[in-house]
Amino acid sequence: MNFTIITKSPEETKKLGKEIGKLVKPGDLLAFYGELGAGKTCFIQGISEGLEVKDYVTSPSFTIINEYQGKIPLYHFDVFRVSNIEEIIELGYEEYFYGEGLTVIEWAEKIESLLPKDHLKIEIKFKTSYERKISFIPQGNKFNLFWEDLIRIENFRNRYLH
Amino acid sequence: MGVETSCDETAVAMVEDGKKIISNIVASQIKVHQKYGGVVPEIASRQHMECIIPVIDKALSESGKKLSDLSGIAVTYGPGLVGSLLVGLSVAKAIAYAQNIPLIGVNHLEAHIYANFLEHKGIKTPLICLIVSGGHTSLVYIKDFRKYKLLGQTKDDAAGEVFDKIAKVLDLDYPGGPIIEQLAKEGNSSLIKFPRPLLNDGSYDFSFSGLKTAVIYYIKELKEKNKIIPVKDILSSFQQAVVDVLVEKTLRAALEFKTKQIVLAGGVAANNSLRKKIKEKASLLNIRVFYPSISLCTDNAAMVASAGYYKLKENKKSSLDLDVVSRLTLV
Repeated sequence: MNFTIITKSPEETKKLGKEIGKLVKPGDLLAFYGELGAGKTCFIQGISEGLEVKDYVTSPSFTIINEYQGKIPLYHFDVFRVSNIEEIIELGYEEYFYGEGLTVIEWAEKIESLLPKDHLKIEIKFKTSYERKISFIPQGNKFNLFWEDLIRIENFRNRYLH
Repeated sequence: MGVETSCDETAVAMVEDGKKIISNIVASQIKVHQKYGGVVPEIASRQHMECIIPVIDKALSESGKKLSDLSGIAVTYGPGLVGSLLVGLSVAKAIAYAQNIPLIGVNHLEAHIYANFLEHKGIKTPLICLIVSGGHTSLVYIKDFRKYKLLGQTKDDAAGEVFDKIAKVLDLDYPGGPIIEQLAKEGNSSLIKFPRPLLNDGSYDFSFSGLKTAVIYYIKELKEKNKIIPVKDILSSFQQAVVDVLVEKTLRAALEFKTKQIVLAGGVAANNSLRKKIKEKASLLNIRVFYPSISLCTDNAAMVASAGYYKLKENKKSSLDLDVVSRLTLV
């Protein structure tokens, strides 16, 4: 099922990402949608903390993909600058999307046709300057129960469900 | 010869003794793609493949030299796009092998620093270098030539990247730097108080993501209320915020490390507002500031050749199995 969470600050967005980072499994793919400044990279920095990545995750707009080592590998795509889907095909995207790590993609709408059937769509929208409305929209069946996994986490319940 | 294909530009240059540029070709300046029916290939690596040989030919013919005149070939092996880097590196290896000359792998960031040595005599270590471009924002302490200490870097977006993204939001051209600079000239830089992230946190790290969001949200709110968007004032105030942070941190580093010189490197070093402000403030502290001329701030191969020359003098050659490194750091 779909679910939506409101975060009140970039810090909260990052913490939400951290909880998600603890839940994901090898081979998972998270597709991020949201305009410039929405907080996609911020969310993913949180995920990297949840995955215990030691490096600091920065925006990969110029390199399209950055790889990090954590509990499982993190493949961070930012396809903002991609104007032709072939650029992603040339990067050998299958090895990442269907690989042994977590793939996260910023500006997923630009390469939608390449996304696997099963993935978690995450949409971040501006509410105010600091607040964000973050919607989780499972695609395929794999993430149908993700919400249930999430509410089992105490931190998550305390912070986001009142 | 220097070869640079780390991002969008296919560039080849001929440099003598590490300082004298005899030819300096950047593909976007010559219309190589006209040969292909005016189609501009969108795929960076394919564009490099199509351009690299004509650009080498042009660099050679403008210099009046032949491949057999080369004493070495320097090439960027990172950081950058893997597919793009591979084109330059493969060609450089082939030339090195065929001509039996040394191959020198050069770090793109180090090359940006060397752009300064192409034009300025009198740069002395120790110095502080601010590398600021579309892909990087780093403060580096250079104790001695080729001895680098990374003091801090961006924790999210690079400064140049934020210029590009703000330009995109306002439907301006890519890259955003030059057009924003031009429009900002006619704006009021103190009209809007945008945040200056990490300005006083005591570190040498940068963060531009919050500033980016503040600017975008400011525009978004005006749009939603159907108000007129004062583009020039917004851009001027935004640019001022970026410049303030860059200048403040760079000067603080120079004071802490007691260096009397600062060098700027990278595409954003072409920004006149940054150049002017840092020069003004540094002169009050008796610190000299150097920066390359505009054409050597942005990606070029002369800087690669220069860095390669100095590495070769130290006998730092690369083997022919050198590989590209996408996320190469300076230290």
